[in-house]
Amino acid sequence: MGELRFNENLCLNCTTFDCLKKCKFVKLNGAKGNLEMLKIARGEDSTVLRTCITCYACEEYCEKGNHPFYLISEKREEKGIDIVPRPILKQWINLGEPVGRYKVGELREKTLSFGFVPEFLQWVKGKLFEDVMPSYVFGQEFFCNVAYLHFGRTSVIKQRLPIVMDNFSKLGIKEVICLHDECYGAFTSLAPAFGIEVPFKPIHYYEYILKRLEQLKDKIRPLNIKVAYQRPCSSRLSPPMHYLAREIFTSIGVELVDRVYQDENALCCGEVVRLQGLYDLAEELQRENIEDIVKSGAEYCVFNCPYCYAALGHKLIKKGVKPIHIIELCRMALGEEV
Amino acid sequence: MRYEEVIHRCFRCGYCKFTRNYYDFNCPSYLKYKFDTFSPGGRMWLIRAWLKGEIKNSPRLQEIFFSCATCANCVECCPFQFSEDLVEIFIAAKEEMVNSGIVPPQVRDYLKNIYTYGNPYKAPADERDRWAEDLPIETYEGHEYLFYVGCVGSYDERGRKIAKAVANLLIKAGLSMGIMRNQEICDGNEVRALGDLELFRHLAQRNIRLFKERGVKKIVTLDPHAFNAFKNHYKELGGNFQVHHYSQILAPLVNSGVFPLGRLEARVAFHDSCYLGRHNGEYQSPRAILRAIPGVELVELERNSENALCCGGGGGNFFTDILGGGENHPSRIRIKEALESGVSILAVTCPQCAKMLEDAAKAIGVDEELEILDVAEVVERAIGP
Amino acid sequence: MKESIKSALIEIAGEEYVSTFEEELYFYGRDPGLSFPSNPHYVVLPENTEEIQQIVRLANKEGIPIVPLGAGLSLTGLAIPRRGGIVIDMKRMDRILEVNEKARFVIVEGGTSQGKLQAYLEKHYPRLRHSIPDAPPTATIAANVVIHGQGRLSQQYGFNSDLVAGMEVVLPSGEICKVGSCAVSPYWFSKGPPLPDISGLFLGWFGTTGIITKLAIKLYPRKKMRDLEIFVTDNENLISDIIYEVTHTEMVEDITIFAQPWPLFFKDNSHICIYFTGDTEEELEFKRRVIWKALEKFIESKEGGFMWVQPSMKPTFLDMPQRSVARFADVKRGGGFEYSGPILLVEKYPECMRKLRELSTKYNLAYSAMARIIDTAHCMMFAFAFAFNRADEDMVERARRAMAEVSKFIIEVGGVFWKPTVEEQKLTIEHIDSGTLKLLKMIKNHLDPNNIMNPSNWELR
Ligand SMILES: Cc1cc2nc3c(=O)[nH]c(=O)nc-3n(C[C@H](O)[C@H](O)[C@H](O)COP(=O)(O)OP(=O)(O)OC[C@H]3O[C@@H](n4cnc5c(N)ncnc54)[C@H](O)[C@@H]3O)c2cc1C
Ligand code: SF4
Ligand code: SF4
Ligand code: SF4
Ligand code: SF4
Repeated sequence: MGELRFNENLCLNCTTFDCLKKCKFVKLNGAKGNLEMLKIARGEDSTVLRTCITCYACEEYCEKGNHPFYLISEKREEKGIDIVPRPILKQWINLGEPVGRYKVGELREKTLSFGFVPEFLQWVKGKLFEDVMPSYVFGQEFFCNVAYLHFGRTSVIKQRLPIVMDNFSKLGIKEVICLHDECYGAFTSLAPAFGIEVPFKPIHYYEYILKRLEQLKDKIRPLNIKVAYQRPCSSRLSPPMHYLAREIFTSIGVELVDRVYQDENALCCGEVVRLQGLYDLAEELQRENIEDIVKSGAEYCVFNCPYCYAALGHKLIKKGVKPIHIIELCRMALGEEV
Repeated sequence: MRYEEVIHRCFRCGYCKFTRNYYDFNCPSYLKYKFDTFSPGGRMWLIRAWLKGEIKNSPRLQEIFFSCATCANCVECCPFQFSEDLVEIFIAAKEEMVNSGIVPPQVRDYLKNIYTYGNPYKAPADERDRWAEDLPIETYEGHEYLFYVGCVGSYDERGRKIAKAVANLLIKAGLSMGIMRNQEICDGNEVRALGDLELFRHLAQRNIRLFKERGVKKIVTLDPHAFNAFKNHYKELGGNFQVHHYSQILAPLVNSGVFPLGRLEARVAFHDSCYLGRHNGEYQSPRAILRAIPGVELVELERNSENALCCGGGGGNFFTDILGGGENHPSRIRIKEALESGVSILAVTCPQCAKMLEDAAKAIGVDEELEILDVAEVVERAIGP
Repeated sequence: MKESIKSALIEIAGEEYVSTFEEELYFYGRDPGLSFPSNPHYVVLPENTEEIQQIVRLANKEGIPIVPLGAGLSLTGLAIPRRGGIVIDMKRMDRILEVNEKARFVIVEGGTSQGKLQAYLEKHYPRLRHSIPDAPPTATIAANVVIHGQGRLSQQYGFNSDLVAGMEVVLPSGEICKVGSCAVSPYWFSKGPPLPDISGLFLGWFGTTGIITKLAIKLYPRKKMRDLEIFVTDNENLISDIIYEVTHTEMVEDITIFAQPWPLFFKDNSHICIYFTGDTEEELEFKRRVIWKALEKFIESKEGGFMWVQPSMKPTFLDMPQRSVARFADVKRGGGFEYSGPILLVEKYPECMRKLRELSTKYNLAYSAMARIIDTAHCMMFAFAFAFNRADEDMVERARRAMAEVSKFIIEVGGVFWKPTVEEQKLTIEHIDSGTLKLLKMIKNHLDPNNIMNPSNWELR
């Protein structure tokens, strides 16, 4: 357990090396992408280990099912290459430390996981969740810890994630509906890649919501609004789920506008880049992203990730675009006050 | 004492004395007395001293405890976790005094009268519905709503006018409702606020029994104090009713054309009553009604909504008069504030506020320039004869 | 208590405003800190300067102490009447007398609270502000300058007492003295210059040389927007370098630092809160960038970084006063905290932190370090703060002992006590230059020959 399953052979025979070719951030200066990946896999140094900003995207870009980004993260730590300032790293590691302040509702075999996102305590209510609520878990004890990829600390994930799994099974939970798709990514992509066993069935909340909307069909009041969508980094760990967002929009009468930075071409919300101390890059990313959203003519910008929401929401408001989480949007369509 | 484990946690920082925006001090008893002992923090420290035996029950201590108007400004403004318990802590301290049998004479008399007469006025039950003599109002008999009037609305001269106005509007609105007439008794809110929890339970149980026997499910009342008691303190005794303040019933109707509202050219300010506002979060309904009246210019007082200044009548002070009169009485300060905002009508939604503020306006000699009217009375005026 | 004195006080202030009730004596004999209680004999609430003059004359005649009191929030027992006597609660004198907008000063009465002035300016002069301390808003402006407080503008303009622009003081004799430009001019724009500056006869004296009945303080521009960034580091040795760079930008309003072990998110790090203001988005963003760039080298070396202050966290930090500071008193669910807040060089930060941690372990106490940078980093206030549970005698005693050790340490490290307890005042006197002491004695003995003014404070005889 804990060993990353990275298949060097795939890279050796790879002709596309989409991972780094499509990457918006690392500059290869003519080097061949697959050879660079092989260097990293074999423990050699590579500029990629310093220039990757942890946008997770190459996990999706690699069509061979290899794990380029997990590899980068693993090797960074091995080689002692820090990407965020030490105090920030400590802060975040401390943040995720279980301290026994978790919350659980009335648990059943199927439960909602709020991960460690306090916003869900407010957002998750109403008809949409009637089926499972108040069966939920919240707190560091249920935090997937995948965020430490942003800090180049797979060791923290490997140490904590099995305990988290354990916490779920100790409560007799059989099915976990993940409200943060990073958790879903943890259970369906990262855990298998590191040989960590998942003792329950993970369900992405988009799957759940779609099913509920179908059931609540006659309660839906089509919203007839135009929205832009901000795809988060974590969604790169479960690309098929990303495309369910469109189906959700269709079912509640919402028009998803076209914009440059969407789907595979999505742009990182920039906040992690800021934590890395890359002020100018972070500013540029956020400026471009927001300009793109504004240009798209959307009235709302819909978020999947509460942290993207926190990063961009207040800036969007200043530009006249209303930020909203997809859960709130669905609840709005069900006539609930948000 | 209940809450004994909490009282030492007060830091006596004084946030509780202010409005939330620091405009001015806003604890009515502190405003009146100006000694820190009459502020919420002062009370907290003295309750602790008393329980620890460092000070004794004295007329001064009683004055300090019983001058609290239970206005909940401190609840709103104290930054500590226990803030929401503050009013209950002060009630618990009064309860402790009541149980020890040593309370101010006015308090003792008030409680005795309620116990004996079911109202503080020592008035016969048969006079309860005198206010309704010439109104086509029905006796409660399976109506959708019970119209609960309360002691002040039933017996006080000023209160009766308000009861009439409210009843008139509800009748005009076609609400299915009736009154209990001589069977109505005190709701017990002030009894509870004065710390006699036993008497409160007794009253509440009597009311609950009566309401249940008569099949009451929904209650509408003109009195925020009754509203509070029914809504927040009857549940634990088995009284589960849908409770509404009349303004909540009227607000959605004012624009519907049920009342033919004429023009009323007036600058009007609204004084939030503590038991509707801070205690129950209802700030909008009365304002919505006033706004709907053509010609009314609704202005906000400096201290409004969550920051509103209590009239000084709460916590039984309306009856016991422990806060007393004088220059610094909150009702006078409130009147001056209203004058400064240049209004000719100060609207209220509580018969106690109405009386307190009207008396203050008279005492200052400005009752000609500034009328104190219940929102229902303002609406009536707009409807015309 | 003497009936004759009580009646004389009633004669002066009116019956409602004089108390000899046990309840008031109990309450006014205490403060929220660790000091031992000592009850007054009388509490009086005067309405104006004349009444104060009469009370002072009465006290002189009777030879009894008087202690002026604001909100009693200095935490170090400065307004506890150690020798009984009369507590003068100043809070009825809370009028805001005059604002001169263009000359940016305000004249208030001696009992006016910080909160009231803050709200008044926000409403009537939205382009002006004063240097708001993080004390609860009931704290009085006069007492705050009397103890050389610091506020949101101290990083830019110095101690709040540096921002005094004039005073009216009732001397221990009962006479009135005007201090500053107002002594010769109708305008209260300067506390001294170009005259001999006698404000020092009262500022820092804790009411032992006179009672401030009117006070002018300087006001400053209030920009439309205000924001903060928090720079964190676990390398305490770098704090003074970081502060040096930030203050060099001349772009920042306030700088405070906090470090505490709980919640875990804050563990291991010092948090430098850098506040800045702007009238436009552009101005604000420009300053933000300048501040970031100034600290880039610490980020590159991975020794420090800007933390993500999520929008939901911001109100807590931007609040003025910062209510969360008072909430520290509830960390042990016990309504108490006290801090010793010496004024010292910023470079002493690491030593102070080491001491604080050491004492917190030794005495098993919850701690918090809170520092405020003063006057472009000429010095800082470093608060060694311990929370305690008022109902836990043992913890209260441990906190007292920890505080005593802090006092010794402060002298060692070259610090100067701020709002010192009586014990710390004694330590100061022990260590003070002999010539200085002589002059201080001359001043005190001359001004207050009967030693009636807040006695036991600055006891120089
Ligand atoms: C949570 C908290 C946070 C704090 N944060 C800050 C801060 O950020 N900055 C800061 O500076 N302080 C701070 N303090 C300390 C203190 O509360 C303030 O300095 C406050 O301004 C003191 O004012 P007061 O009215 O409470 O003074 P008091 O304690 O009432 O009086 C202080 C001294 O002044 C004397 N005095 C009072 N009025 C007069 C007068 N009119 N003339 C002459 N002498 C007088 C008193 O006798 C006493 O010696 C804080 C305190 C707390 C509890
Ligand atoms: S990680 Fe995937 S895309 Fe990248 S080189 Fe290897 S196989 Fe190719
Ligand atoms: S995670 Fe993003 S930045 Fe890093 S290599 Fe992959 S695509 Fe590039
Ligand atoms: S009740 Fe709350 S706000 Fe008031 S003094 Fe006590 S702790 Fe402070
Ligand atoms: S409830 Fe009102 S009157 Fe009573 S202590 Fe609190 S603020 Fe003062």
